[in-house]
Amino acid sequence: MNDDRPPILEVRGLRKSFGHLEVLRGIDLAVLPQELVFIIGPSGSGKSTLLRCCNRLEEPTGGSIRIDGVDLMARSTDINAMRRRIGMVFQSFNLYPHMSALGNVALALRKVLGRKHAEADTLARAALARVGLAEKANAYPAELSGGQQQRVAIARALALGPKIMLFDEPTSALDPELVGSVLKVMRELKAGGMTMLVVSHEMRFARDAADRVIFIDHGVIVEEGTPEQIFSNPGEARTKAFIAEIAR
Amino acid sequence: MDAWSRFLDTFFKWELIQRYFPAILDGMAVTIEIAAAVVITGILLGLVLAIVRTFRILPISALIVIFVDMFRALPPLVLVLLVYFGLPNIGINLPSFAVLWIVLSCVLAAFAEEIFWAGILSIPKGQWEAARSTGIGFLNTLAYIVLPQAVRLTVAPITNRTLAITKNTALGMVIGVSEILSQATTGQSFAGNATPLTMGAIAYVILFIPVVVLGRWLETRFRWRRA
Repeated sequence: MNDDRPPILEVRGLRKSFGHLEVLRGIDLAVLPQELVFIIGPSGSGKSTLLRCCNRLEEPTGGSIRIDGVDLMARSTDINAMRRRIGMVFQSFNLYPHMSALGNVALALRKVLGRKHAEADTLARAALARVGLAEKANAYPAELSGGQQQRVAIARALALGPKIMLFDEPTSALDPELVGSVLKVMRELKAGGMTMLVVSHEMRFARDAADRVIFIDHGVIVEEGTPEQIFSNPGEARTKAFIAEIAR
Repeated sequence: MDAWSRFLDTFFKWELIQRYFPAILDGMAVTIEIAAAVVITGILLGLVLAIVRTFRILPISALIVIFVDMFRALPPLVLVLLVYFGLPNIGINLPSFAVLWIVLSCVLAAFAEEIFWAGILSIPKGQWEAARSTGIGFLNTLAYIVLPQAVRLTVAPITNRTLAITKNTALGMVIGVSEILSQATTGQSFAGNATPLTMGAIAYVILFIPVVVLGRWLETRFRWRRA
C-alpha cells in the first residue's frame, strides 16, 4: 500500500527479551488507517509478544512504538489513556465471570471514560448490538458459547472507540463451528474501516480480508506482502516451509 | 442414688441452672461483643494486608509475611498472656477486654491475609490483562475484577477460620474477661458442681451454630456458574 497518511501504529526497532531469551530482535512495522495486517509465524516466533508490546502488556526492552502519533514509551504518556484507544482481544476471551455481558462491556466505560451508569449501559448495549449479541446483554459468560464470549470481548474493546484493534489468536480457542461468527464480526469491522492487527492461523480469512501479511520467525520479520504473494508465491525458503506446513 | 440421677445431678442440676442462668447470659453478651469486634477488625485487617501485598513492594511484603507467620505460629494463649502481663512492664495498661480483642484480631488477620492472598493469586492473569488493556487502572482492576472473584473463593475458608478464632474468646478466662467460660468456671468453683460448665457449653453451641449455618448459606449464595 503506497499511502501518505500517517500510520495508526508505528513500530521501530522493537526488541523484547525475557531474561536471556531474545523474543523480538528488531521489528519495524507500520499499520495504516483502515488497514488489516495479518501476522503469521510458527509458535514461539514472537508474534503474540509483538502484539502485547503494542499496548505495553509486555514492556519492550528497546525500540519505539507510536499509536496515532503518540510515543507509547514516553514517560509523559498516560498508558491508561492510550490503552482505551487500543482495543485488545485475547485467545482465551478473558471475560469477567462475575459480570453479565453488559457489565463486562460497561465497566471500562464507567471507570475509564467516566460515563454515568445509564449512559454506559446504553453505549454497552450498542456495542453488543454491533457484534450481534443485543439479546444476550444480561447473560453471564458461563451461559454463552465460546463464539459469543469472544464477541462480547470484542464489544468490550470496541465500546471505548479504539483507533486500532489488536487480535491475539481470537479463534484458536473456539470449536470449529463457532469460528465463523467471530470472523464475521471481524469482517464487518474491517468493512466499517477499523484498523486491525491480527495474529491468527485463519489462512482463508487472511486471504480474503487482509491487506498485508507479515511472516515472523525467531523475532524478526522474514517477509511481508499481499496475502496472494505470501501464500501463493513466498520468496523466502522459511516462509515457503511454514506455508506448506500449515496448508496440510 | 442411681447412675442416671448422679449424672443429672452433676451436669444438669436444676437449682444451679436457675442460679447461674443470669451470669451465663451476661457471659454470652460479652462473648458476642468480643467475637463481633474480632471478626470485623480481623477480617478487615487481613484484607487490607492482602491488598497491600498486591503492590509487591518487597520490604513491606516481607514485613507482612513475618507478621502473618508469627501470629499463625504462636498459640493464641501465649500471646494473650504475653500481652496482658508483659505490656504493663513498659507502662502500657490495657483492659483485659482490649488485650483479648487485639490479640485475636491479629491472629484472625494473619490467617485471613493468607486466605485472601491465595484467593487473589488464584485469579488468572488474563483477568488483570483484560481490564488493564481497556485502560482500567491497577486499583480499579483490583476492586472491581480481582477482589470480587477472590473474595467469593474465600468465603468457606474464612468462615472456618473465623469460627476457630472466635471460639478462642474463651481464653479471656485466664485474664479475667467475664465471657462465657469465665462465668461458667466461677460458677463451677462456687457450686462445686459441673452444671455451670454444661450451661457454658450449651451457650457456645447456641452462639456458634447460627454462624456455621450462615457460613454455609454464604457459600451457596456467592457461588456462580463458572465459565
